[in-house]
Amino acid sequence: MEFCFEIYGLLFAFGQFRDFFRKIFDWWQASNLQGYAPICLGLEDFYIRRLYLRIQDCFGRPIASAPDAWFDVVERYSNDNNKTLKRTEKISRCLNLGSYNYLGFAAADEYCTPRVIDSLNRFSASTCSTRVDGGTTTLHKELEDCVANFVAKPAAVVFGMGYVTNSAILPVIIGKGGLIISDSLNHNSIVNGARGSGATIRVFQHNTPSHLEKVLREQIAEGQPRTHRPWKKIIVVVEGIYSMEGELCKLPEIVAVCKKYKAYVYLDEAHSIGAVGKTGRGVCELLGVDTADVDIMMGTFTKSFGSCGGYIAGSKELIQYLKYTCPAHLYATSISPPAAQQIISSIKVILGEDGSSRGAQKLARIRENSNFFRSELQKMGFEVLGDNDSPVMPIMLYNPAKIPAFSRECLKQNIAVVTVAFPATPLLLARARICISASHTREDLLKALEVISQVGDLVGIKYFPAEPKKELQHQEQQPGKDTIKLE
Amino acid sequence: MDCSPVKTAILGGWAKHKLNSTPDPSVCVVALQVAMESAALNFVNTTLNWVTLALDAPAARAVVFGVHIGGHLFVEVLLLVVILFLLSQKSYKPPKRPLTKKEIDELCDEWVPESLTPPITEEMQSEPPVLESAAGPHAIVNGKEVVNFASANYLGFIGHEKLRDSCTFALEKYGVGSCGPRGFYGTIDVHLDCEAKIANFLGTTDSILYSYGLSTMFSAIPCFCKKGDIIVVDEGVHWGIQNGLYLSRSTIVYFKHNDMESLEKTLEKITAKNQRAKKLRRYIVVEAVYQNSGQIAPLDKIIKLKEKYRFRVLLDESNSIGVLGHSGRGLTEYCRVPIEKIDIVTASMGHALATEGGFCTGSARVIDHQRLSSSGYVFSASLPPYLASAAITAIDVLEQNPDLTSKLKENIAILWKGLSDVQGLSIASNPESPIVFLRLEKSTGSVKGDLQLLEDLANRALKEASVFVVVSKRSTVDKCPLPVGIRMFVSAAHSECDLLKACSSLKKVAGVVLKDHICA
Repeated sequence: MEFCFEIYGLLFAFGQFRDFFRKIFDWWQASNLQGYAPICLGLEDFYIRRLYLRIQDCFGRPIASAPDAWFDVVERYSNDNNKTLKRTEKISRCLNLGSYNYLGFAAADEYCTPRVIDSLNRFSASTCSTRVDGGTTTLHKELEDCVANFVAKPAAVVFGMGYVTNSAILPVIIGKGGLIISDSLNHNSIVNGARGSGATIRVFQHNTPSHLEKVLREQIAEGQPRTHRPWKKIIVVVEGIYSMEGELCKLPEIVAVCKKYKAYVYLDEAHSIGAVGKTGRGVCELLGVDTADVDIMMGTFTKSFGSCGGYIAGSKELIQYLKYTCPAHLYATSISPPAAQQIISSIKVILGEDGSSRGAQKLARIRENSNFFRSELQKMGFEVLGDNDSPVMPIMLYNPAKIPAFSRECLKQNIAVVTVAFPATPLLLARARICISASHTREDLLKALEVISQVGDLVGIKYFPAEPKKELQHQEQQPGKDTIKLE
Repeated sequence: MDCSPVKTAILGGWAKHKLNSTPDPSVCVVALQVAMESAALNFVNTTLNWVTLALDAPAARAVVFGVHIGGHLFVEVLLLVVILFLLSQKSYKPPKRPLTKKEIDELCDEWVPESLTPPITEEMQSEPPVLESAAGPHAIVNGKEVVNFASANYLGFIGHEKLRDSCTFALEKYGVGSCGPRGFYGTIDVHLDCEAKIANFLGTTDSILYSYGLSTMFSAIPCFCKKGDIIVVDEGVHWGIQNGLYLSRSTIVYFKHNDMESLEKTLEKITAKNQRAKKLRRYIVVEAVYQNSGQIAPLDKIIKLKEKYRFRVLLDESNSIGVLGHSGRGLTEYCRVPIEKIDIVTASMGHALATEGGFCTGSARVIDHQRLSSSGYVFSASLPPYLASAAITAIDVLEQNPDLTSKLKENIAILWKGLSDVQGLSIASNPESPIVFLRLEKSTGSVKGDLQLLEDLANRALKEASVFVVVSKRSTVDKCPLPVGIRMFVSAAHSECDLLKACSSLKKVAGVVLKDHICA
């Protein structure tokens, strides 16, 4: 961590140096832009050209099979120093620690897939029409009832994509004269939706209910900027599990604060629905919050249900109003019928309505797997973020040079991990993010731990002292050997 | 400082003046005056003498750092100190008193928020008809079979067995979802194949897939247009484009719907205003076939204007891919414009290609930039692989059967002929557009009234005549000023008798519903 700044500084300087030569080269060769301004100005794509392209092979790796516990990663090669990557025919079978496959519905499932193919034959792959025109089928109605029931809310509406759900709902329920208070680490879709709504946006410190209260008090007392009129309404936006931190939201405290100050709560359960909670109903169930206290519950089906799309659940009036005016409902093609069927079937499996106990087994397994993996990593001396029970665990890397090192070394040993850098995380806080699935077996996890430990030693990311090992690992660990102290 | 000669001169002069100007009257007054004046003079004299003495004292004649200090410096220093003291005094402001905790508590208690949604009215409660089968040219609604003009199934690919087979294969191999964004193992080989196929079909270098049609435009625009850029856009564009423009924070200028003269005037005005801005990016955004009116943009004229004024063009080909041009390659083929002249082409695949998602295509630079900076691509899960596979198959089928586009054109022509004499409604779309847009000849005066009438018409058509047509709906956040109307999506899979049935039913129903609104 000490050298992060210097390393980025060096990369930046080197990049500018090369840019300077590129400018001279371009000026010498006549440009063919002929009076048009260049489509990307100056430093806008500097990061891409000079920093990202060097490690491009760590991102966007194509796969050739379903994103299950083990999958086939396609090998790529480059002839021009990583500027373009070409596919080969070769594939390598790797352990998947990167896909959002919390309950293991990613691959063909014995209950879901036959029903999905049935619905494909009956309704075809798309309705080619918006929900208000000819795009509502009996399947869509069944899906919305199913989702409302699952989330324990009176009504729900479903859209074809999770990102659009956030971006298209916020402009409809709040506009100019309203206030949106959002967590500082909220997802890009929420930020986009908030910007598109025209309301004033204020940010509160990540997961800190006391700061939220402070901001609320200040803002209600001051009123709208410049005119000081009272706010029309206030919406507080939080997420169930933060995807880059692995933390659970402090929902009971936040809901209490919002109730006291009469603000509306908008909960985005993209990662937590289906993955946490005793019956998979999300953070409300896990933390004991009554769903009637949360005004708007949003979630996506990509992660735990193995499908695509997003939903909003709330009171009947809210859903009716949204169906009347939300642009994503009025102008976008309705969700594909096979995808809808997949969601219905997977909810049935989770609730045990298919007649087996596979749902309960999956939920228990993901909880066990997450807790086991996290505790083992912490024992080894890695810096792991996130709460217990959360299936997302980021391992801190910090140093930009360690990002490609960690990623490539793991891939050599057939473990596929995800490394995240700027702009998804702050510049200096690069990390490797592990997503545990219910379809990982104990052997898979042990293999992963072994490889990660080896690579961790090689790359030097065991920032904390390791606890003395008692079982299972092959190598000898000298506690305190690889301690690079954090500043 | 020796001021005695000055002193004497002043006093002498003053005395002289006094003596010279004394008139004649009472001598005692004059004598008293003179006495008083001389006493004052004496006083002033002594004070001045004393001051001079003090200032000429030896202590005052010190030399510090080679500077000859005279007594005058003390006065100057004193003055300086006084000036600094006055400057350092703050100007008077009434004291600011921050709100106390109790006051904030009171304000918080008093504040009452609006309800989350406005009260639900009658029109908000209407439900759309529910389909019980696939949305092909014939669909089953409420147990009855109807002729379906509500799905944008232009080439009739819904229910096509080749698409069905490829989807089934993909579902069994890859499952349903892709479980991750493109950067994190969500890139499946079918996505790369699909992108290559689209680029190949349209003749561009590369293309990028989005997982939702609506998000394509509103993610692509903020990628290239930032604050300070200028965008000239048609006023009839759909909400996805409007939202993208709003998010980009650039300067937006609207021109009249599909009016080339208005476009030219606007371009002229903008170029005149921004003569010297070299780093200013300028764009024109148009749709190939407008969703809100069925008009077709005259691309050749737009290209001429673009080259004259040096603007870049963004074209949305959602409703023209697979429809226009003799092989279905869209508006560029129809207007005989080489596709390299269009900078960015986007399209939603939920229309002719009978799948979901969208794509954007253009030069390699444009596409590569989007792979890291387009928010709808980077921060969202990728398209489900079976839908990408359906897109590949759809393009294959289109390439192998180019007569589908001519069949579609014939169907549109039949419908046009049949509907040209419907009472109370007039066709407002282009004769070659697959969206046939029927507008009221005589409006009721308000948008609400128009909508009511048209809804009535559509409902009757569905119930009595088993013809499923839809009214264009507007969201409260949509700013499009074009009038509403009835939209009919023509498909290549419609048979001639379907179309004739639709024409006759609409004529009958319109005659009943609109009999008070027919122009003489």
